[in-house]
Amino acid sequence: MQKHDGHPPSDDLLQQSSDSGIMYTPMIELLNLTKKFDDFTAVDQVTLSVAAGEIVALLGPNGAGKTTTVRMIGGILRPTEGRAIVAGYDVTGHPREVRRRVGFLTEHPGLYLRMRGREYLEFFGGLMGLTARETERRAIELLDKLDMREAWERRMGTYSKGMRQKMALVRALLHDPPVLLLDEPTSAMDPHSARLVRDAIFTLRDHRRAIVLCTHNLTEAEALADRIAIIRRGRIVALGSIAELKHRLLGPPVMELQLACPVDGVLDLVSNVVKIDGYGDRWLRYTTSDPQVTNPRVLQLLASQQAPVVTLSELPRSLEEVYLRVIEEM
Amino acid sequence: MAAIPWKKWAGAGESIQTVRILVRREIRDALRDWRIVTPIVILTLFFPALMSFVADLALDWVARYGAPIIGERIIPFLLMVVGFFPISFSLVIALETFVGEKERNSLEPLLATPLTDAQLYMGKMLAAMVPPLLAAYLGFAVYLAGLYFFKGWTPEPELLILMIALTTAEGLVMVSAAVVLSSQATSVRAANLLASFVIVPMALLLQGEAIIMFYANYGVLWWILLFLIVVDVILVRMGVHLFNREELLGREIDELNLGSVWRTFKAHFVWERWFFGRDVEKGPFWLKLLGTICGLYLRELPALLRRSWLAFVLVGIGICGAVFVGCDLASRYNLPAEALRLEKLTPEMFTALPDWGWLPNFTPLGIFINNVRALVLAWLLAIFSFGTLAVALLMAPLAIVFFFAAQAARLGYDPLLFLATFVLPHGLFELPAAIIATALSVRLGAALMSPPHGTTVGENWLRALAEFTKAFLALTLPLLALAAVIEVYITPLIVILTFSRL
Repeated sequence: MQKHDGHPPSDDLLQQSSDSGIMYTPMIELLNLTKKFDDFTAVDQVTLSVAAGEIVALLGPNGAGKTTTVRMIGGILRPTEGRAIVAGYDVTGHPREVRRRVGFLTEHPGLYLRMRGREYLEFFGGLMGLTARETERRAIELLDKLDMREAWERRMGTYSKGMRQKMALVRALLHDPPVLLLDEPTSAMDPHSARLVRDAIFTLRDHRRAIVLCTHNLTEAEALADRIAIIRRGRIVALGSIAELKHRLLGPPVMELQLACPVDGVLDLVSNVVKIDGYGDRWLRYTTSDPQVTNPRVLQLLASQQAPVVTLSELPRSLEEVYLRVIEEM
Repeated sequence: MAAIPWKKWAGAGESIQTVRILVRREIRDALRDWRIVTPIVILTLFFPALMSFVADLALDWVARYGAPIIGERIIPFLLMVVGFFPISFSLVIALETFVGEKERNSLEPLLATPLTDAQLYMGKMLAAMVPPLLAAYLGFAVYLAGLYFFKGWTPEPELLILMIALTTAEGLVMVSAAVVLSSQATSVRAANLLASFVIVPMALLLQGEAIIMFYANYGVLWWILLFLIVVDVILVRMGVHLFNREELLGREIDELNLGSVWRTFKAHFVWERWFFGRDVEKGPFWLKLLGTICGLYLRELPALLRRSWLAFVLVGIGICGAVFVGCDLASRYNLPAEALRLEKLTPEMFTALPDWGWLPNFTPLGIFINNVRALVLAWLLAIFSFGTLAVALLMAPLAIVFFFAAQAARLGYDPLLFLATFVLPHGLFELPAAIIATALSVRLGAALMSPPHGTTVGENWLRALAEFTKAFLALTLPLLALAAVIEVYITPLIVILTFSRL
């Protein structure tokens, strides 16, 4: 597949690096993708690529354009401008081929509640071109993985919310697509089910599926995604790995040093090496843009003074802080 | 590379298989809904059996009073009713197809599959059609079995074929129209409200069919069947053309945006000034005015009429039909010789025309208003009939004219002279005016069927409306005014001068 030029806008927030160590085989490439509904621009010049074996989370407020973006990637909506190449096919020229290669978990499960799980999956398997035997084998395998084998013969109207969500996920995965678009995959699920789904998503990533995740659950995005794209008013306003975004938006990491002795004795020494942001009785914090160099020096210094170090760790900063910073600033 | 036939067939086979999967699921789902199954069962088994019993009683009752003819007509009429009741449910199922799925959020997963728009549309349509139609056929069987059992009555093959064909065509009209409504509505409630556009014409049609059945004029019913088949073709084509997954997903609220409506209308209504290559915009007022007039009459209107060539062809076919109908009626219904004494016509007879009751005042204003009213009515009818009734309304007066021309020929007058004197003087202006207005009304009616790619139905309709308005104001009205003056002051003179010498 020819690599299309997916260079993002020059804004330093919009960097498409692959620090996560993913070998870059793009399965989804969006170039200036735009969607207008009459006078309203729902998606505006979105440029993004997602590699095989990569999970990119789309975050953004309600109405930001996430769902419209994934609908275009899924070949359901036709872009007004720009291009989207999915699994080697242009969504405008070959929407059916794209739909064959995409598994789409919609925001609402949208099941036919009078049908049994078996009938439902046989129906979608048939539409995807699978034989009855293939559908059954694949469905049972997925249902087992998600711990809902019992759902096979039950009417879907009797399912719990979480089961409906999982059945919708099975439907999306049934034809083993190379590209997955997951809109709120664990909403309405209990913690155990959510864990099973997250594990399934990790397995899919390990099997080199390209995954786009739309979610409002920032903890989940942080746990699952290799990269984050924050969308606001139809535009990607921040893009990068979580570490990159934190660094760029919240500044260099803040380290916290816990000692087994009072810090007074070492405060002056440490302040010669790093800028101290604050301290307490047995702890101190400093900011460093280069922890690989600074932290060993600090530890060396403390060791030379025989100051007993309990822990040295980066102060946790959540994705939520990054998200709110982006949304408030833009 | 040219398509290999077997590949084409393989593609068609795959399409049929996909549609079959869709239809099977829809029917299975529908048949699990007791609200659908219960009435179908009642109307399929209980109601036809009841009708059979009623027909039996009615036959005996009217026979006692020596009016067996009424009984004979009741049986086919009830056969039609027995078939129609179950197919009325197809409307309910079809109205719900797309918009119901959208409300239940089950549409998007379906749209995410490799189904094409045509496969999805056909699958939904067939799914809505098949159960009620099967119920209707079963209802026929139950009703006829009952009649055979009670009375030993069997239908004529023509009647049976006609009833089956009419019921099928009526079902298809209702379903295809309802599927169009369902794919365009934003909620089931809105779709149900819009269903009046299907229910009211169908109710009127059924009443008409009932009257015809009591006259046992089955020839007319065959013509109705042909009409329904044409409407079916139009509606299915329209449905396939208008079905758009983007619209289905994108449209959440249908808001009446008058500002946007006006802007679209205006964009298609205005035209460019032009005056033989001169820079009109920078010129004085008189040049701008000339540019406006020349731009309209020398460029805009000719281009508009050229674009409407297909509508003119259809109107032309209608005119030929009117000539045929007029001559055919004249050959069947002869006027007495004294009713058409052209050599005895006087100016007073023309001015006394309104005394006939249905003709306008014989003044330029009276005739002008009458013609404008007729063309506006044609325009209105065109909107609700895909343009067909506008052509019918033009055909009616033309058929009358040719009826009289043929009668004149039969009575020894020269029909060409008749047309040249009675019609040609004002017809030179009135006919083009009527033809243009009718053709653009046809275009307006047809605008709903097939908007060009990238254009919405509303936009295409507003464009057709703007073009109709432009041509009506700039061509039709001036021509009609001129024709009215000629018709009052010149045509009678020519007629009297010509025929008084005979």
